Amino acid sequence: MTPAKLTSFIAPPYCGRPGGSRSIWLPLTIFAVVVLCTLSLLIGSRDVTWSDVLSAIGGHVDSIGEAAVAMRIPRTLLALFAGAALGLSGAVMQGVTRNPLADPGILGVNTGAALAVVIGVAWFGMTSAQAYIWTAILGAGCTAALVYTVGSFGRGGATPLKLTLAGAATSIAFASLVIAVVLPRGDIAGGIRSWQVGGVGGATFERLAEVAPFLSAGLILSLGSARKLNSLALGDDLAAGLGERVALARGIASFAAVLLCGATTAICGPIGFVGLVVPHVCRLLVGVDHRWLLPFSSLVGGGLLLAGDIIGRIAARPSELEVGIVTAFVGAPFFIWIVRRQRVRDL
Amino acid sequence: MTSFSSALCSIADDRRSRAHRRNIVITGLLALTIALFALTLILGQSYVPPGDVFRVLIGEDVPGASFAVGELRLPRAVLSVLAGLSFGLGGVSFQTMLRNPLASPDIIGISSGASAAAVFAIVVLSLSGLLVSIFAVAAGLGVAIFVYGLSFRNGVAGTRLTLIGIGVSAMLESMIAYVLARAPAWNLQEAMRWLVGSVNGAEIGQALPLLAGLTIFGGLLLSRARDLEALRLGDDMAAALGVDVARIRIIVVVTAVGLIALATALTGPIAFVAFLSGPIAARLVGNQGSLLIPSALVGAILVLAGDYCGQFLLPSRYPVGVVTGALGAPYLLYLVARTNRTGGSA
Repeated sequence: MTPAKLTSFIAPPYCGRPGGSRSIWLPLTIFAVVVLCTLSLLIGSRDVTWSDVLSAIGGHVDSIGEAAVAMRIPRTLLALFAGAALGLSGAVMQGVTRNPLADPGILGVNTGAALAVVIGVAWFGMTSAQAYIWTAILGAGCTAALVYTVGSFGRGGATPLKLTLAGAATSIAFASLVIAVVLPRGDIAGGIRSWQVGGVGGATFERLAEVAPFLSAGLILSLGSARKLNSLALGDDLAAGLGERVALARGIASFAAVLLCGATTAICGPIGFVGLVVPHVCRLLVGVDHRWLLPFSSLVGGGLLLAGDIIGRIAARPSELEVGIVTAFVGAPFFIWIVRRQRVRDL
Repeated sequence: MTSFSSALCSIADDRRSRAHRRNIVITGLLALTIALFALTLILGQSYVPPGDVFRVLIGEDVPGASFAVGELRLPRAVLSVLAGLSFGLGGVSFQTMLRNPLASPDIIGISSGASAAAVFAIVVLSLSGLLVSIFAVAAGLGVAIFVYGLSFRNGVAGTRLTLIGIGVSAMLESMIAYVLARAPAWNLQEAMRWLVGSVNGAEIGQALPLLAGLTIFGGLLLSRARDLEALRLGDDMAAALGVDVARIRIIVVVTAVGLIALATALTGPIAFVAFLSGPIAARLVGNQGSLLIPSALVGAILVLAGDYCGQFLLPSRYPVGVVTGALGAPYLLYLVARTNRTGGSA
C-alpha cells in the first residue's frame, strides 16, 4: 500500500473527499496569496495609487508614493516567507509529535529562541543577523528537546495536555529569564522589547537575503520528510514495520521544524499561533497526506501572516499593530475551538 | 478484636504524629515569615537597629529611620506579605479544586486577565487606586467564568479547562504587550510590574483593600477548608460525603479569583508564587489536613525573600517577579516531570 492509501485508511473524517478538490484549492489558494500580496503593497499609512505600485515594482522610486511602495516590497516578502516557514514548521511539529496542539509558540520554542538571542545580544555583544539566526536556532532546538522530554514522561507519552503544560510553563520561565537578562541593560531594552512583540515592520532586502538560506534548507528538509511523516502518522510500531527508521525520521523532521521557526524568530521575533492554525485549516482543505499538507501549509501560512500584517496596518491607522498581536487574537480562539473538539481522554 | 483495636490505635498514632508535623511546619513557616519581615525592615541599603525599627513601628519619630523604615521599607514589606498570602491561598485553592498542581491561576489565565485589566485601566482609562482593583477583580472573574464556560461540555474536565486557560492566557498576554507598547510615557519599571510583578513604589494606603479582601475572601475559604479537602477525593466521593460540590466550586472560584485579582492589581502577576506555594507546602506538611494556611505562608515567604534577593543580593536590582520566575523555573520543570509520571491530569 502506498502511504496515500494508508493515510486515507486511518483518517476516516477526511476520506471520501473527491480527488478533484485539491486541484481546485491549489489555484484558489495561490490566487488568494497573490491578491494579499497586492493588497499588502497597496495598503498602509500612506495612500498610494495603482500606478505607484506598478512603477515601484518596476524599480522606480521617484515619487513619495512609489518610495512607500518600495518600502513595502521587502516587508511583504518577509511576511510571506515567515508565514510560510511558521505554517510549515507547525505542520511538521504536529506530524512529528502526532499532536493537534503542537505549535512553536504554544510549545515555548519561540520563547526559547528569544531567550537565546537576548542572551547573545546582552552578554556576548552579538550584532550580525547571521549570529542572531544561529543563536535562535540553537535556542529553539534546545527548548524543543527540553519541552518534549519533560512532556513525554510517564503514562501515555506526550499527550497534548502534558506537552502544552510543559510548553506553557517553559514559556513563563523563559520570559522571566529574558526580563532578568534585559533589565540591567537599559541600552538594549528598547530594541529587544519591540522585537519581542513580533512583527515584520523593519524588513529589508539584506535581512531577507540573510535568512533565505536557512528557510530554504528547512523547506527542502521538511518537504523531503513528507513521506516519512505519513508513515509516522500510523504509529511508531507500524512505521518501523514499514521499514521506516523512526528515530532518524523524527530527528530530521524536528530539525527542519526547528530550523524554520528558529530562523523566523530571529528575524521577526516570536510570532505565535500561525503554526497551530494553518495545518488544521489545510487538513480540512486537502486531507492528511503530508505530501500535500506540507506545501499547502506553507502557502496558507504565508497568506495568513500577510493578512495579519495587513489587518494590523488597517486596524490601528495611522499607526500599526504588530502582526504577532493580530495572530494571537486570531489564533487563540482557534486553539480553544480545537481543544473543545477533542474528546477528554484524547487530551 | 485485639488486632482491630491495635490497628485503630496505630492509625490514631499515625494521625497524631502527622498532625504534630503539620503544627510544627506551620509554626516554622510563621516564624520564618516574621523573621524575613523583620529582616527587610532592619537591613536594607542601611542598617537600622531593631530598637529604632520598633520605635518607628509604634509611631515615634526617629530621625534618620522614620523615612527609610516607615515610608519605604514598611509599606513594601506589608504589601509583599499580603500579596504573598493572597497568591498562596488563591493558587492552592485552584490546585486543590481542580486536582491538578498545574492548574494554578497564573497558568490558566486568571492572573493575566487581572493584569491586562489593570494595565488597561491605568494606561488607557487613566484610573488609579481602588477603581483599578475593582477593574482587575471584575476582569479576573470574567476570565474565570469565560474559561469555565468554554470548557463546559458534558461537565467540566480539568484537562480541557487547563488547555483553554492557556489559550486565553496567550491572548491576554499579547493584549498586555500591545497596551504597554502604546503607553504614552514608556516606563520600564512600571511595565515590569505588569509583565512579571513587582512591589516597587509600594504605599501603605494600597495595603488596605488587599487586607480587606484577604480578611473576607481568605476567611470564607478557610471556613470551607474541610469541603475543599473533600473535593480532592473526586466530585462523586465528595458528594457522597455530603459536600454540595457545585456550591463549593462557585465559592472557591469567586474567593480565589478575588484574592488573586486584588493582589495582581497592586503588584502585577508575581511569577510562579501562586503556582509554587501549594506544592511546596504539600511537600513540607505531608498528607495531612488542609494546605490553605501553610500555602499562604509559603507564598508570603516567597515574595518577601524574592524581593529581598532582587533588591540587595544580586548585582543589579530586579523586581521580585524576575527572581521568583527564575528561581521557580527549575523547580517547576521538576514538578511538571514528576506530575506527569503519575499521569498528570485529573
